[in-house]
Formats: sequence, structure tokens, C-alpha cells
Amino acid sequence: MSFVTRGFRGRRRDEGPEGRVPPGQYVTADFPVLSAGPTPRIPFDDWELTVRDRDGIEVAWTWDEFQELPTERVTVDIHCVTKWSKLDTTWEGVSLDVLLADFDTESGYALVRSYGDYTTNLPLADLTGGKAWVAYAYDDEPLAPEHGGPARLLVPHLYFWKSAKWVKEVVLVDRDTPGFWERYGYHNYGDPWREQRYAGD
Amino acid sequence: MARTALRGRLSWLVAEVVELIDETPRVRSVVFDVPGWTGHLPGQHVDIRLTAEDGYQAQRSYSIAAPEDGDRVVITVERVDEGEVSPFLVEDLMVGDRIELRGPIGGYFVWEPGSGQPVQLLAGGSGIAPLMAMIRAAAASPGPESIRLLSSARTEDDLIYRKELDSLAERDSRLDITYTLTRGHGPGWKGQVGRVDRVMLERFAWPPEVEPSCYVCGPTGFVETVASILVDLGHPPDRVRTERFGPSGGHP
Repeated sequence: MSFVTRGFRGRRRDEGPEGRVPPGQYVTADFPVLSAGPTPRIPFDDWELTVRDRDGIEVAWTWDEFQELPTERVTVDIHCVTKWSKLDTTWEGVSLDVLLADFDTESGYALVRSYGDYTTNLPLADLTGGKAWVAYAYDDEPLAPEHGGPARLLVPHLYFWKSAKWVKEVVLVDRDTPGFWERYGYHNYGDPWREQRYAGD
Repeated sequence: MARTALRGRLSWLVAEVVELIDETPRVRSVVFDVPGWTGHLPGQHVDIRLTAEDGYQAQRSYSIAAPEDGDRVVITVERVDEGEVSPFLVEDLMVGDRIELRGPIGGYFVWEPGSGQPVQLLAGGSGIAPLMAMIRAAAASPGPESIRLLSSARTEDDLIYRKELDSLAERDSRLDITYTLTRGHGPGWKGQVGRVDRVMLERFAWPPEVEPSCYVCGPTGFVETVASILVDLGHPPDRVRTERFGPSGGHP
């Protein structure tokens, strides 16, 4: 049920181009920062990204090795569950298809863990097929720590809490395990176009 | 807190404005009566939804500024000049108006009396709202927790809840308050001056040795700075919980 709030008109200039802004979102030119704790500082020398599967097979990249991987430059719209959307954001990163190339991707799910111990869960199908990256540059600059630098997950088709900042490892698992916000009542999948903000939406 | 996660779907509820409190020239608290409200923890927030006559809708999130009290939900809104929703809430909303609201949302940036641990609250501007819910909950409980609040505002006129905080601190020795002003002060000002920095935290905040739970809420720059200093001072990162406002005034 919805009803009119007396006197509310709305400014509407934040609606954005048709078909680009999911329901309940507004467009912002800023890049708000939202994190549950202090921003971890990870020196490049200590940084490592690991992918591990259910059989215990593990591949790890140091920062230098990661830089050697083929990169892509993508321009995408991003949508935060706190209602802001930002259009045409440009990132550089490594496709998850590259990182998962040597893995058996029959596991149904991924649990992504960050430096600072943030976690989020996604179906593996949402990480493959050119839909997800580990991004290390935003707007042609190295990714700032408060935005997830040295590197963050980028899964633009889901609400942005799924795009884990300070990504450290991707674990392929058979059983879906809720991550940090998912355990606190946020939606397990988080499709902005279906407005899946909270559990039960 | 598993409590939020265990709840079912968060339905939109009708919320009627029952009281409006002008806190500062730019900030107003709105008290809603929300039949069907299931309660919340200090620190949680709500989503509100406004609908225009032609069906256009806008949603925003606001922290709840008071602890659970039946069907009563209080939010504190700072007017963001270029904003779409906050100017309406601060200037146009009247007692008797109705909006839609759902919640409670968030289960990490929460505090409840009972742990016994000291609590350090750090507020930048209107970031004090969820922390005020914690302070009001503590004041109403017999718990032993000692709370220190460091509240930063631009000017004296911008200090939100000041009268209530001062009177709480006067009669409750468990509450210790430090104010700091970042954009000038009158001749009689007895608080601190300038942005929160390491020296100020060393002087007025709980030291890491007493193992306080720290809650930092405010604009991004404030939270980034303060949370980093707390970690540098030796507070474990998992005891520093943060809530940041985007520069657009988006919240949390």
C-alpha cells in the first residue's frame, strides 16, 4: 500500500535516465563511503589474493603477480542499498573469469572474505560470465583505501555491499553461507531491480 | 545481534507525525507513532518512503534517535540544502502528516545496556543521532556502563540535543561529555576547539586498556579520521564500529 504524503512533490532531478535507475534509488554524483569499521591499510607488499575451492585447491597472487593478469576497463552503474546509485563509473580490474579459469566451477556458491574480515556470499554464476571483477582502479586512479583499495570486488548487477572492499579471498563452496550484512537481515541475493534490500523482499 | 536477522519481511508501515522538535536551526527531530512497530535496538535505522500525488516516490534511511518505546519512533534529520527529502522533513512536515516507514534495519552498529564494558561514542554533526539512542537507553537503565561522548559540531548553535545531554550528564555520573567546535566559538565557550585529533582522543576518550566498545558516526571524513586514530592508539578494529554519511547526505 502506498499513499500520498501531504505536500511532498520531490525534486526529481535525481531520477536519472529512464531504465538506468532501479526502484527506490536516486542518482548521486558523489561517491559515498559506507563501511562497518575502520578502513584497513594493506601495504602492497603484504597484499595477496587467494582463490580456493572445495577440494582445497588454492591459487594465490601477490600484488605484482596480480598486475600481470589481463585487465579490463569497464564502465558500469552501481547501486547501494542505502538508496544512492551512481551512473557510468569507470573501473579497471581483472575479470573473475580469469581468476577462476583453473577452477572447477561446479560449486554453486562463493564466499568472499576481505581484509578486516568482512564477508559476503554470492552464487558463483553471478561472478562468472563477464559480470564481476577484482578492481584496483577507479576513474583512472588507484582505488582509494576508503573505497576498498588496494582492490575490491566489483559486481555491479547486485547491490554494492556484495562488491566487497579490500578483497582477500574467494572461496568456492557447495553450500550457501550468509556473509556479514546477510546475517544482519540484508537480502541474501540483493538484486536492485527487484529491490531485494532486506531478507524477505 | 541475531534478532534482526530472525525477523520476517520488513513491511512498510504507516507512520503518523505526533511531535516535531527543532533541535538546531538546521536540524529537526520527528516523532512518529507507528502502529505495528516491533521494536528496535539503539543504533538501528529505518527507511522512510514519501509518495507525491502523481505516484512519484523517494526513499531514504535515517537513524533512530531514541530507544524502543512501544509504537514510538524518533528520527533526527539535518537539512541538506540540495537534498530532495531532508528539506521536506525539516521544513514542510506537520503534526498529523503521514508517511511510510519500515525497519528496524542494521544489526551491527548497535549497543544495548548490559555488557558492563565502557562505551566510547564519537559523533560528527548529526551523526550523534544513533548515539543518542544509546545514551538515552543507558540513562534509563541501571547498568554499570560508563559512557564517554565526544561530540563535534561546527558552532555552538549546531550542537544537537545539548540541553538534554548536559542535564543527563549533570545527574548521571556514568556519562561524560566533551564538545568540540570546528568553526568558531563565542567568548564564553568552555568546551574544546577544533577537529577531533589524536591529542583530543588521548585526553578525552577511553584508552584502549579499558577495552571500550567504540561507536563512530558522522560524515565520511570525520569517521575515516577518527576510526584510524582509534586503531593507531591501540583499539582493536573489531571494537570500532562505524557508520558513515556520504557527502550527499545519504545515510547511513
